Amino acid sequence: MKALRHLLSMDDLDRDDIDYLLDLTQRYVEVSERKIPRIPALRGKTVALVFYEDSTRTRISFATAASRLSADALGFDVKRSSANKGESLRDTIETISAMGIHGIVLRHFGAGAPWRVREWTDASVINGGDGRNQHPTQSLADLFTARRHLGELDGKRVAIVGDVKNSRVARSNAIGFAKMGAEVVFVAPQTLLPASLEGWPVSATHNLDEVVEEIDVCYLLRMQLERQHDAPVPTLREFHHEFGLTAARADRLKDGALIMHPGPMNRDVEIAGEVADRPNAVITEQVANGVAVRMAVLFVLIGSRLDLVEEGSLADQESAVA
Amino acid sequence: MTAPDVTRAIRRMAHEILERNSGCEDVVIVGLQTGGVSLAERLVSDISEIEGADVPVGSLDATMHRDDFDLRPIMSEAATVIPVDPTGKIIVLVDDVLYTGRTVRAALDAIHSYGRPKAIQLAVMVDRGHRELPIRPDFVGKNLPTRRAEMVDVNSDGVDLGEIS
Repeated sequence: MKALRHLLSMDDLDRDDIDYLLDLTQRYVEVSERKIPRIPALRGKTVALVFYEDSTRTRISFATAASRLSADALGFDVKRSSANKGESLRDTIETISAMGIHGIVLRHFGAGAPWRVREWTDASVINGGDGRNQHPTQSLADLFTARRHLGELDGKRVAIVGDVKNSRVARSNAIGFAKMGAEVVFVAPQTLLPASLEGWPVSATHNLDEVVEEIDVCYLLRMQLERQHDAPVPTLREFHHEFGLTAARADRLKDGALIMHPGPMNRDVEIAGEVADRPNAVITEQVANGVAVRMAVLFVLIGSRLDLVEEGSLADQESAVA
Repeated sequence: MTAPDVTRAIRRMAHEILERNSGCEDVVIVGLQTGGVSLAERLVSDISEIEGADVPVGSLDATMHRDDFDLRPIMSEAATVIPVDPTGKIIVLVDDVLYTGRTVRAALDAIHSYGRPKAIQLAVMVDRGHRELPIRPDFVGKNLPTRRAEMVDVNSDGVDLGEIS
């Protein structure tokens, strides 16, 4: 794994990095299963959770991850902060940084915000979701979950279905799954696809029925009604009928195919309520793995000083002298 | 030490563990990754043979509890398997070489995140001195005075002493 200071996009990682992070995640899953799930790896470190957009799971997930590594997590709720009094993002970040923190997890409605924030702080910046752009830790949790069930992802077929246009999860996962050797297809009506797919490692179709029997992962996206301003689908009922994972479609999935969703779910919109509770739906496991994956990311960014160590040399020497 | 010396030392330590604990009731043997794991398995097979009873054996990777964790690459293959809830048990930690004591300190921390043992004992094949912490072994294969510049290698052929190049 290369030394990494920030994690802003799945583009920051190559396949080796992803493998390293997922292997480390496996270790943290084991820690999470202990009676006392806490290790001292980030003792004395402080992580600020700076959220300009509503979030429950990502925020709690990062807070849990930090505390399992013995780091302090400071919540920064924009609705109750000086940003509400007109303070700029830059001033907010510089203020927080002046308090001597080691990591900033940023959730922001503006795509690209973490790239600017990176210039205003010495702390490591982790993108916790920026607009419609990227959500790398969600993608890593999804890759981990998929790999755990399917083994290596080379040649696996992944359909990412629904509101692709407004989804940062779709963008991060398209890159993530493709880097792991999987074949990714976006399934959505034209109105919910990005204007151009040029440069994306994916194909696209408007017909879920065409691919449903061939895929190993059916990844449903949340219909982001709050980001849709131009009525991209006639009705949600019609969308469900055409692009939702109905019980009938779920029956046609091949044996062992996974049903995934980043949450929060709109039951009976992108996924039939009953389907979300089937044994091959790993949606709650994605959430659980999210904590372990964020432990791995936090540790690699702010805990590890591997950049100071010549790869392996120290460990070899120490195990020799034990 | 030659391989037969190591075999005899393991046999003796198995007897000592049984003597100290008046048998093997509640005893759990836990090998420290990576050097202690095979020794733990050999100890358990000797104990079972002597006592005619099964003793649970596990492995523990204490890397994440080390004080220099951030400077060490993580070995993803080193597994921690604690076969039973350690609460109320006598845990015998097993390692190949006892040196500064830092690995053992980390292991003491790590084991407590699984439960609260009644007692923890330490068995090592080689005690080479140079402790940096107040830690001492309960069962020792061989006391081997060394210089810091030397290295101790415990392997299937026995124990070797060499220079760090």
